[in-house]
Amino acid sequence: MKSSVITFPGSNCDRDMDVALKKFGFKNKMVWHDDAELPKSDLVVLPGGFSYGDYLRCGSMASKSKIMKSVMNFANSGGMVMGICNGFQILVETGLVPGVLLRNKYLEFICKNVFVKIKNKKNTYFKNIDNDVLEFHIAHNEGNYFCTKDQLKEIEDNEQVAINYCDKDGKTEEQFNPNGSIKNIAGIFNKEKNVLGMMPHPERMIDPSLSGEDGSLFFNNLINNLK
Amino acid sequence: MKISVIITLKKDVLDPQGKVIHQTLDGMGFNDVNEVRQGKYFEIDTKESDLNKAKEKVEEMCKKLLANLVIENYKIIDAQ
Repeated sequence: MKSSVITFPGSNCDRDMDVALKKFGFKNKMVWHDDAELPKSDLVVLPGGFSYGDYLRCGSMASKSKIMKSVMNFANSGGMVMGICNGFQILVETGLVPGVLLRNKYLEFICKNVFVKIKNKKNTYFKNIDNDVLEFHIAHNEGNYFCTKDQLKEIEDNEQVAINYCDKDGKTEEQFNPNGSIKNIAGIFNKEKNVLGMMPHPERMIDPSLSGEDGSLFFNNLINNLK
Repeated sequence: MKISVIITLKKDVLDPQGKVIHQTLDGMGFNDVNEVRQGKYFEIDTKESDLNKAKEKVEEMCKKLLANLVIENYKIIDAQ
């Protein structure tokens, strides 16, 4: 399986993602934002970080960079595109996934482990995964998912919610919402479910001696689903 | 020609920064403030000399980059 990780000026989780993808069997290539063409890929990842210093709105400049035209064509023709953290912010700015990510409700940069409940397993990202709840890491200032009422209805009708913040038992109540996101939303799909944007970082959970292994579950499952 | 644009958050969108500014103003003794909403201001110096064309271009810039229309409104407030 071939993957590509896009590096924007200010990306800082691109190398972590590269390490994670390779660990679970992907042949990964790093792709510079100013390149025009994507290498042949089974999965494209927009990594976390602070592309363009988060100027204007997080992800807004990166969404207009040269490589994004290829990424959008790839996504629109059914290619798997995953945006993590700043990558999620870039995805919403392209319009590939609906909504926006606002400043966290309590104006704090949040850096901690969280639990997320998988809401929809009928897709290549989460199909066949045994767990319903995963422990991932979040580190963001603008992760407060927001969309209009009409958009929310559409998202729910199309089962586009991927994961919700919850407690270790999978309870998705407001008290387990770290950043004020509507309905505890931590990640969403496009309508076709080939594009996934999420704030939590699975690539930070691939080593039991450093963090945890729920990211390993995620990547192992993902590559098996892609085969 | 210089075009000035302001971008404001739509009414229903929570503005935590505006809220904190409001609270701080309140703490400073400005107790008659009802609400504070924070926005952005852009001054765009363009080569275009035709007013209408310049405004049209800036509107396009707003729609495509400067504002996110899911949460923000834009308004051209000055052109000279």
